[in-house]
Amino acid sequence: MAKETLLSLENASVHYGGVRAIDNVTLKVDEHELIALMGPNGAGKSTVLKALIGLAPLSRGQVRWHGVAIKPKTHEMVARGIAYVPQGRQVFKSLTVLENLELGGYTLNNRSATKANIESVLHLFPSLREKLSHKAGLLSGGQQQMLTIARGLVADPKILLLDEPSLGLAPKVVKEVFEKIAEIHRERCIAVVVVEHSIKSVLAIATRVFVLSRGSVVLEGSPDSIDSEALHRVFLGQS
Amino acid sequence: MDYAVHILTMIAITGIAAVSLNLLIGETGLVSVAQAAFAGIGAYGMTLLMLHAGIPFLAAALFSALIAGAIALIIGAIFLSLREVYYVFGTVGLNMIVWAILLNWDSLTRGPLGIPGITRPEVLGISFADNTAFLILCAVVLLAVFAAHYAIMKSNFGRVLHAVREDEEAIAVLGYKTEVYKIVIFVISAALVAFSGSLYATYLSYINPSAFTVNDSIFILAIVILGGLGSAYGAIVGTCMLVGAFEALRFIGFPASIAGDMRQVFYGLILILFMLYLPRGLFGKFRI
Ligand SMILES: Nc1ncnc2c1ncn2[C@@H]1O[C@H](COP(=O)(O)OP(=O)(O)OP(=O)(O)O)[C@@H](O)[C@H]1O
Ligand SMILES: [Mg+2]
Repeated sequence: MAKETLLSLENASVHYGGVRAIDNVTLKVDEHELIALMGPNGAGKSTVLKALIGLAPLSRGQVRWHGVAIKPKTHEMVARGIAYVPQGRQVFKSLTVLENLELGGYTLNNRSATKANIESVLHLFPSLREKLSHKAGLLSGGQQQMLTIARGLVADPKILLLDEPSLGLAPKVVKEVFEKIAEIHRERCIAVVVVEHSIKSVLAIATRVFVLSRGSVVLEGSPDSIDSEALHRVFLGQS
Repeated sequence: MDYAVHILTMIAITGIAAVSLNLLIGETGLVSVAQAAFAGIGAYGMTLLMLHAGIPFLAAALFSALIAGAIALIIGAIFLSLREVYYVFGTVGLNMIVWAILLNWDSLTRGPLGIPGITRPEVLGISFADNTAFLILCAVVLLAVFAAHYAIMKSNFGRVLHAVREDEEAIAVLGYKTEVYKIVIFVISAALVAFSGSLYATYLSYINPSAFTVNDSIFILAIVILGGLGSAYGAIVGTCMLVGAFEALRFIGFPASIAGDMRQVFYGLILILFMLYLPRGLFGKFRI
């Protein structure tokens, strides 16, 4: 059965002032895919996610939702079922873990649905359950990252966009985070786009890989089809 | 005794303005330098409605608070979607414009001459002509504003405001229309401070534009920063200290005009010292 394309970027370019962040990027997110978006610093990975969620306006090209060209506004994209977890663990430090999770249920517009979803999300993150009444700012880095992902899931999204969930975490914690992402993908049957630096951890779980370099897609395919030498050349800046 | 009642009344009136500013700068992270403008709109609105239309104090004060809220809605819709610096300059500009209108629209406001003869209110049949009775009225209003502040910040709405203060983008990407939240709290704050302007007018029985300048807005800002951002309680303590200091300067024999100038030097100094050494203020949870 052919999978349906949920969300796509078509020949998209984004400029910040005079700086071209991405150029002519085309990328499709199909149902239940786990896409790895890789590339060196400044390649434009975060910008691709921001374009998809409506935080970075396109100077050229299009965003499509179920094949229809749209003008992405952030709150509408969230309402359509896209959750975005930005780079750099943005928990609300002065609020408790539970309050952070509750804020994630805004688009459900329904207290009991939010409660039920938090309950089901906590099954995935048992370590958060013990800390529900703690201030989020007091969690460890790994726990904060888990919380931002969990908060994104409360809205019961169809697509989860994750920007460098491993940033600044110890290797052991990175492994946990990626196991969790794989589990979410498996159990919740949602599409995931994850931006990642660490090649090994993400190639192990991805179903498709995009490699960006200087704003353009330079490699694309299934994880097995990606030539590891070519990949290393990109990261060393030789391509 | 009379003097103590006077100081306490000034503290209660200014405290309302400070608590309502804390909703903006302390809880939501929105600096506003237009509180005096909204107080002026409240004071003049109430006075004109009472003197010319014969509307009783409470109705006039509530109506002029509504007008202030409506103006805040328009201004907020224009400025709050802009980047923070532009928004702050927008509030400064608004205050200057409102002040200029009060000063120059002679036929309505009598310009620099001001409006005398504003009578003390009678609310629900009770007269507040007596100073002590008026103080009680002001204290009750302050208490109500304090309670409203508490209720707002305990609600879901208040939680989103806190999230906006911490990280607006992070809350926006959860689907919240943060502009709407910012505009609503801007309107609430404007309406509350307008009400304190009405109390001010009927207390002194005379208003002129010089009480509603950018300087006066900065004064309220200084109070909130001194008391500590994010603390309604701190805002009231800050009010006691700064209003108390000003009145004390007059008490030890400084002529009012010199006390006024001293006051500005004093507040400027407090702002600078707190920014340097105690950016959280006395009871604050956050830095500016
Ligand atoms: N707000 C901005 N203003 C100006 N330039 C920006 C802005 N955000 C990103 N850029 C530029 O756009 C380019 C792509 O940035 P982007 O953040 O998308 O890269 P990235 O691949 O996510 O990098 P990293 O791995 O460091 O997170 C970079 O050259 C960056 O300097
Ligand atoms: Mg990035």
